[in-house]
Amino acid sequence: MSDSQRQSDTIDENERRRELGSYLWGYGLALALTLVPFALVAWSGWPRVTLLWAIGGFALVQVVVHFRFFLHISLARQKREDLHLILFSTLILVLMVGGTLWIIFNLYGRMVPELLP
Amino acid sequence: MTATPSRHPGLNLGRAHQEAHDACEVLVFGFWVFMMSDLIIFGLLFANYVTQLDALAGGPGPGELFEMKSAFLETLLLLTSSFTYGLASYCLKYRHGRGWLTAWLGVTLLLGLAFIGFELHDFYKMAGEDGVPSRSGFLSAFFALVPLHGLHVASACLWMVVLMVQMLVHGLDTGVKTGLVRLGLLWHFLDIVWVGIFSLVYLGGLA
Repeated sequence: MSDSQRQSDTIDENERRRELGSYLWGYGLALALTLVPFALVAWSGWPRVTLLWAIGGFALVQVVVHFRFFLHISLARQKREDLHLILFSTLILVLMVGGTLWIIFNLYGRMVPELLP
Repeated sequence: MTATPSRHPGLNLGRAHQEAHDACEVLVFGFWVFMMSDLIIFGLLFANYVTQLDALAGGPGPGELFEMKSAFLETLLLLTSSFTYGLASYCLKYRHGRGWLTAWLGVTLLLGLAFIGFELHDFYKMAGEDGVPSRSGFLSAFFALVPLHGLHVASACLWMVVLMVQMLVHGLDTGVKTGLVRLGLLWHFLDIVWVGIFSLVYLGGLA
């Protein structure tokens, strides 16, 4: 076996371990980030607004965990096009979702105040 | 020399599968474009759902219709299936044999089907409590969002069956490998959408 062959085998072995570890970590973290908000809603008795903020926070972190550990998206090793596509889609999403909520709730405020939360 | 650079989202097959690895670069990018457009559809259905939260029209609301236990079970099923699909891709990449790959895919398929079963059961129970799409704006928005996700999971299950048959007929050739990589992206993506659904729809509704 040549030196370069041995070297590339070591790299493959490191990559193998890192990738298995990535799935295990992802599963563990996602499980924890699921159990906590369910437990909070079931047993904590916190006020509704506090609960909603907590649920939103846990969801956001869990989405990042899924992207990082299951979809293997990290900002450093990404190809430029993939990163551009993700950022652009997020921009469109923020504009469209934000615009929808702004316009519709503004409309409710002016015309049907009973539909406001 | 550093680790193999990532050429696309999801698990990269790497040098050991050179032909499939090269093919994946373009195919996965195309599939990623599709998934980002799907993300926009789901994002807007989420926004639509939020605008309809108080449009109950005297009909049943989240408190009466949703059950935390089944939402929790469905969440665990889908999350575990995402993990087992990860193990399947891992077995594919490191050539742990077709037996292991098929086994993990089979487990994933069963978890996915169980998820759909629980979800259908939920909808059936909701329909029994006057929770049908035509009842109120809230229910229309709910049935536009949640069953669309279920439909995606069902299509992904069908795709998985097709890939398993192809694997039996053609063996693990480049077409099957790239199919498995793309299905993996879809499967993990659907779990991300479910995180939004269980947080916003179920937990938000029951909080």
